[in-house]
Amino acid sequence: MDSGRDGASVWGFDNTMAKKMTVLPLTDSMVMTARITAFMAEYVHAIDADRLEDWPEFFTEDAVYQVRTRENYDRGLPLSVMSCRGRGMLSDRISALRTANVFEPHVYCHVIGAVRLLECGERRARTESNFQVIRTMVDGSMSIFACGRSLDTFSVSDEALQLSERIVVLDSRQIDTLLVIPL
Amino acid sequence: MSQMSRPDTEAGSGATTFTWPHEDTMRVPYQVYTDPDLYALEQRRIFQGPTWNFLCLEAEIPNGGDYKATFVGDAPVVVVRKMDGGISAVLNRCAHKGAVLCFKLHGSIREFNCVYHNWVYDLDGKLQGVAFRRGVGGKGGLTADFNQDDHNLRALRIETYRGLVFGTFSEKTPPFRAYLGDELIRCIERVFIKPLKVLGYHSQVLPNNWKLYAENNKDSYHASLLHVFHNTFGVVRPNMGGGIKISADGWHHLSYTERTALNDDATGREKVRSLKEQYSLADPSVMEHKPELGDAVTNSIQTVFPTLVIQQILNALAVRQLVPRGPERSELFWTVLGFEDDDDETVQLRLRANNLVGPAGFISMEDGCVGGFVQRAAKADPSAETIMPMGGRGIEPSEGSRVTEAAVRGFWKGWRECMGV
Repeated sequence: MDSGRDGASVWGFDNTMAKKMTVLPLTDSMVMTARITAFMAEYVHAIDADRLEDWPEFFTEDAVYQVRTRENYDRGLPLSVMSCRGRGMLSDRISALRTANVFEPHVYCHVIGAVRLLECGERRARTESNFQVIRTMVDGSMSIFACGRSLDTFSVSDEALQLSERIVVLDSRQIDTLLVIPL
Repeated sequence: MSQMSRPDTEAGSGATTFTWPHEDTMRVPYQVYTDPDLYALEQRRIFQGPTWNFLCLEAEIPNGGDYKATFVGDAPVVVVRKMDGGISAVLNRCAHKGAVLCFKLHGSIREFNCVYHNWVYDLDGKLQGVAFRRGVGGKGGLTADFNQDDHNLRALRIETYRGLVFGTFSEKTPPFRAYLGDELIRCIERVFIKPLKVLGYHSQVLPNNWKLYAENNKDSYHASLLHVFHNTFGVVRPNMGGGIKISADGWHHLSYTERTALNDDATGREKVRSLKEQYSLADPSVMEHKPELGDAVTNSIQTVFPTLVIQQILNALAVRQLVPRGPERSELFWTVLGFEDDDDETVQLRLRANNLVGPAGFISMEDGCVGGFVQRAAKADPSAETIMPMGGRGIEPSEGSRVTEAAVRGFWKGWRECMGV
């Protein structure tokens, strides 16, 4: 279990304290939150706009990407629905999707909730944010395909952010039909 | 005392005039995938009939009181470790008003206690007590002729084999070893060589009748054709060694592939769609295989009629339990496994290989949608038929070739025998 994941955000909100914003200078937290919010907007836009070849570029060379269910995550069971380590495995997911796997055409619409900043360092930041994905099939039928939260760790530099780890925790243990496009 | 009507004797529900239109099972009418009456009849004659149904792994209920809630067909079932170490399984439904007793997926209990009116049963399902049985202040209470022994939970017979727990509602089901046959029993022994450990769960909702997925697993003909990833990256090619084993009665099967005969000559590669597209993996570590079962088998899919699949693909071990959810839907429960004594490196190997299977599996995701393709078309004309002529008309096993539909024909033989049609 990744204990500490669910601790207080750097804004100072937690379950036991009154709402204070004293942990970091306000500007640092605000700037980082704004940078990450913009990053996440670009990330989901690339997926939803079918620019999937760009998807691995959001990650560091040795990044970890996992889609896990809340049941497994909470019970400390290591299984992922989809699990990649390194940009090579990320790009393999996309090349298999483009050239090998058979599935009905569909698109995602990601809706991301507020980015909750858990750690804001010089070189590293961590966030947690809720999301839902509405899937529209080629025949027009729509459904809430996925809902949960993403636990994201960023490698931070002056020029860029990159994901060094992204763990997508699905609230449901069920996947409808199949998961091929990443979340 | 049974809470359910005995199979086959109940009038009115699930009655069918359906008759199988042929001598053999080379053709299957589409009606079997859509007809609600046949679906209702399957519940009684297959799932509550003479079949062994997978319930859970012993490793999931290690301590006295541990339970897991599952399904046998539509019937909710709870399987529990008793305080003496034995295992029991009961219909997960209170004998009073029918409320589900264990509504969490798993947990630990000392007795079954219905939240609705506090009827209490021991872990064998025997009714122990009824709240307010003598009423309150001398008024009310149970009728004088209420016999507590007549209101136990309906129990299933249990057998365990190599850590797998099976249950059956029927007195007619033969012992598990005889049910499966010696040859296929040995195939279970081949995989489950040590105590098991669960690495995780997920489920996949399939937009099709449960039998379309059951057929898919028995259909080794499709593997190299639908699953393009297979061919391109060399997990399975039609010319690899392997074959099909089928139980004498046709109900159960095993399809396997082994690395020994692998060669890359044109015979195995021609006319396979994937080979129009040549590409390679940037990171082939998902395909890494550390043989651990004493042979060169890379891929072994075993079915136990009606709804269990035992899977070994490289080092990815799993059981898949298929649960019908109405005539046009089903849910596939994946329990992904390792061995209790796996070191961390082995666990990581298994987790990487699990990218090949499951709802997002490189080589198995298509099985999630292809049943829906048949289901959608089946509605159009229920009296039309599928045809399965590959590899003969009967249920002959096949050594050396997996290009056969014999095991699918065997499934339908089992279905007809259970259903009496």
